[in-house]
Amino acid sequence: MSKKITKKEREFYLGFKSKEIIEEEVVNNSENHPIEKKKDKKLPKQTPKKNKIKSILATDCGSTTTKAILIEWKDNRYRLTFRGEAPTTVEAPFEDVTKGVLNAVMEVEELSGRTILDGDEIITPDNGEKGVDIYVSTSSAGGGLQMMVAGVVKSMSGESAERAALGAGSIVMDVLASNDGRLPHEKITRIRQLRPDMILLSGGTDGGTTTHVMELAEILAAANPRPRLGQNYKLPVIYAGNNKAHDNIRKTLGEISDLDIVENIRPVLEQENLEPSRDKIHDLFMEHVMAQAPGYKKLMSWTDAPIMPTPGAVGFLIEMIAKKENISVVGVDIGGATTDIFSVFEGKFNRTVSANLGMSYSICNVLAESGIDNVLRWVPFDIDHSNLTNRIGNKMIRPTTVPQSLEELVVEQAIAREALRLSFIQHKAFATSLKGVQSERTISDAFEQSSSGQSLVNMMELDLLVGSGGVLSHAPRRQQAARMLIDAFMPEGITELAVDSIFMMPQLGVLANIDSKELKDDANQAALEVFDNDCLIRLGTCIAPIGKAKPKSKMAQVSLSFEDGSTKKVDINEGSLEMLEVPYEPVKIEIQPSRRIDVGAGKGEPLSSTIYGGVVGLIFDGRNRPINLPKDSSERIQNLLNWSAAVNEYPKGDLF
Amino acid sequence: MAHSYTPGLKVLKKTLFSKERILPLKGEVLVKQGDKLSPETIVASTSLPGNIQMLKVNNILNIEPEDVKACLVLKEGDSVKKGEKIAETAGFLGMFKLSVESPVDGTIESISDSTGRVVLREAPIPVEVNAYVSGRVGKVIQNEGIIVTSIASFIQGIFGIAGEKQGVLQLVSQDPSEELTAEKITNDMSGKILIGGSFLSLEAYKKAMSCNVAGIVIGGFNYYDLKEVLGYNLGVAITGTEKLKTALILTEGYGSIPMSKATFDLLKSHDGKNASINGATQIRAGVIRPEIVIPLKDESSEDISSNVQEGIQEGSVVRVIRSPNFGKIGTVTSLPAALHKMESETMVRVAEIKIDGKNFLIPRANLEMVELQ
Repeated sequence: MSKKITKKEREFYLGFKSKEIIEEEVVNNSENHPIEKKKDKKLPKQTPKKNKIKSILATDCGSTTTKAILIEWKDNRYRLTFRGEAPTTVEAPFEDVTKGVLNAVMEVEELSGRTILDGDEIITPDNGEKGVDIYVSTSSAGGGLQMMVAGVVKSMSGESAERAALGAGSIVMDVLASNDGRLPHEKITRIRQLRPDMILLSGGTDGGTTTHVMELAEILAAANPRPRLGQNYKLPVIYAGNNKAHDNIRKTLGEISDLDIVENIRPVLEQENLEPSRDKIHDLFMEHVMAQAPGYKKLMSWTDAPIMPTPGAVGFLIEMIAKKENISVVGVDIGGATTDIFSVFEGKFNRTVSANLGMSYSICNVLAESGIDNVLRWVPFDIDHSNLTNRIGNKMIRPTTVPQSLEELVVEQAIAREALRLSFIQHKAFATSLKGVQSERTISDAFEQSSSGQSLVNMMELDLLVGSGGVLSHAPRRQQAARMLIDAFMPEGITELAVDSIFMMPQLGVLANIDSKELKDDANQAALEVFDNDCLIRLGTCIAPIGKAKPKSKMAQVSLSFEDGSTKKVDINEGSLEMLEVPYEPVKIEIQPSRRIDVGAGKGEPLSSTIYGGVVGLIFDGRNRPINLPKDSSERIQNLLNWSAAVNEYPKGDLF
Repeated sequence: MAHSYTPGLKVLKKTLFSKERILPLKGEVLVKQGDKLSPETIVASTSLPGNIQMLKVNNILNIEPEDVKACLVLKEGDSVKKGEKIAETAGFLGMFKLSVESPVDGTIESISDSTGRVVLREAPIPVEVNAYVSGRVGKVIQNEGIIVTSIASFIQGIFGIAGEKQGVLQLVSQDPSEELTAEKITNDMSGKILIGGSFLSLEAYKKAMSCNVAGIVIGGFNYYDLKEVLGYNLGVAITGTEKLKTALILTEGYGSIPMSKATFDLLKSHDGKNASINGATQIRAGVIRPEIVIPLKDESSEDISSNVQEGIQEGSVVRVIRSPNFGKIGTVTSLPAALHKMESETMVRVAEIKIDGKNFLIPRANLEMVELQ
């Protein structure tokens, strides 16, 4: 029986309202989906409401680590009090995600001195000395979905299919196309070798010729791909091509696969319609993650609300910030296997999942995609390629380790910059093509197949950049998180920076969405109060003028007026990076840029605004965009050391 | 007592090893419960559908796809020999006929009205599954295969490439910290599984391939060199299907890292014995680690290691799995509850470890249980 994805779950997962009405009908297909048989739907555990909720336990099962937080009602408000973490236990000998949850909760017990567990069970409710009132969880564990996509023309339907798959959180193992240069038997061999979890087939505009997409379907049928899940399991195939071929597709693929037919990804040449395919992949992705992370059924029986996929919960919070403050926001959650980027521009929410870019499982993908020189450019000491790549490779094969030495930390943060940068490029290309509700690129873009063209992502318009995920939230100094965000995203003009203090946005997201009558009010209050008081760390504001400037020339002058009445002037010179320690309080600024420089009001145009400091302060970034580093190694290292020193990024010692 | 979860690799002197040996498609199981097996014993067999040849008959005959069927001289399901006529046009007054011959021996599988393609399927490809390791049939899975069991020494590596190999173990490095250089690899090592020490260079690996060495177990190898071996950058650690003559299993990681003494000593004690190895690795859900299995003559169930894994405690033997002290083995002397600040300024839970008589505070996340007997 396939798991029913409710509308609420889809909204949470996607982070925005889907225009589709989710069918409530449950498909009884036990042969194809042996994982869950939901004859009697188990209702989530309900905690009877007697008094105010005093304590909440929330976990997030990531691909690398499982995090547990304890929220308590103290001094008339909800506060985060303790946090624990343990490796996610998908590996033998445990192969049970709940073991990692229990280990993380045990850390919370040890740190808080509070008894939460009775053996392997979470004690509820809170009796004052033991237990918690409610338990919720999010998850992204499982290592992801691996797909093959196929399209008639590699650079058209093939590329669109790949974008649909990547945007849905899948790893794309291969892109087959009629014109990819491989002979049919080579394609067939490849399909058989790769054993994907799912295949997305597209091609042909609606009503057009069906020949080529049928040829691809026949190749798939001939390959008769076997999934990894077992001999009785039919491989899910999603057809998102020419609607004129539906009947033939059913005839060709209906018997040998678990076939789903959705709207054409390219209904007309100049339009890209990714959402239906993405939705379908999302649904199957959730089922797959559930299947691949054993112990999920047990975990589901423990929680007081449905387990949310982590990206859905984080996306919800990002959208909440944007709406609440009426601003443009970019948020990033960089995890072990994937990097999720969320953006709200002109009120429109978008999310991409870079399923092949992360800090542990897929860290070597980052290295492969960025190239070793791009990683090396951020490392302010000499290190040979072999040494650098071995360190990164060792993180891939031992993903739960942490940087103990400063050198190890610096290398990790260098690669994090590249993971963030590459993920953002993927996001900008994706969000670029979304206009209005669905329609994607113009005909000129379609022929060019470039990602240029009208873009929703406008770094000059960006108001707030929020970082989440281990490498950002756990950076020992907040200045390091600020630097990674600025160097990777390259914000322009005036941009506020923030991080999720200890990576708790997923847990708060699921708390904020509890809709059970008994729990809703207190849970939502807890989410908002902890978010405001404990979660979001305001780092400060980055002021980055951009435009043509001679080396070391003055790009802009910033006049600052503080709350205590004092004033200060700061010159932003080309190539410089400077910081002023200013707490989170309003600062009035007037910026006078040089003639060809823009800070947000146009070239040479002055700008007045009120900005805020933070735990880092105000960062004046004169490095222009893109940030170019000298080719000469010693010059490059000196620049990096200067910039690090300017923001007090690392402790002083042998390295800095 | 404080305790902490830590993952670990197995280094077991004597254990009950079991492994599924399953066909990709349903077929016939050729052995029965309790049968004695050698690694080469074929335990199950089936036939995979033969290779596909797709003929664009409409293009060759210059006709519309829907007209192909009318030109066929054979129908779906018919056998065909290489060179035999499959289709022919009527021509003009019986002349100027165009025809299509079969490029292979096989069967006409399907004829498409929409594309004009004729799909030919070659003869079925027999597929067999062997036992992989000396042992016995522990369980028969009807029509699919078996579970093979073996009382064996069992060692897990951290990363490997290439799939299953069998061979005789040969100790080459005399010490866990000794590099296995190209000069030490010779032609008489063909078919052997070599035991090295700390490091194998790309040059040495290539030499092993040229000498038809079946496999190498070594402490470390450079990640950088994998690209030349594999032909591509390894972005995600999922391996096992590489068609390489010589399987490679790293016990410690990338770089030059002395093999753990426990692993080295156990392998050394089996010098000259038959072993089965598998370099397949999967670092994602459903983790798979490369393995070395050495069946023992003593098949009694005494002294078999249990698989219970509780996490490190005071007194546990652990390996450090990240710099500094990468690869060193030590004993846990205490597990402080409070967070500690490291050189990187990260605040972490630590364990106090005694290594070579000195005490170190190491993040618990950077430790691996050494499951020993």
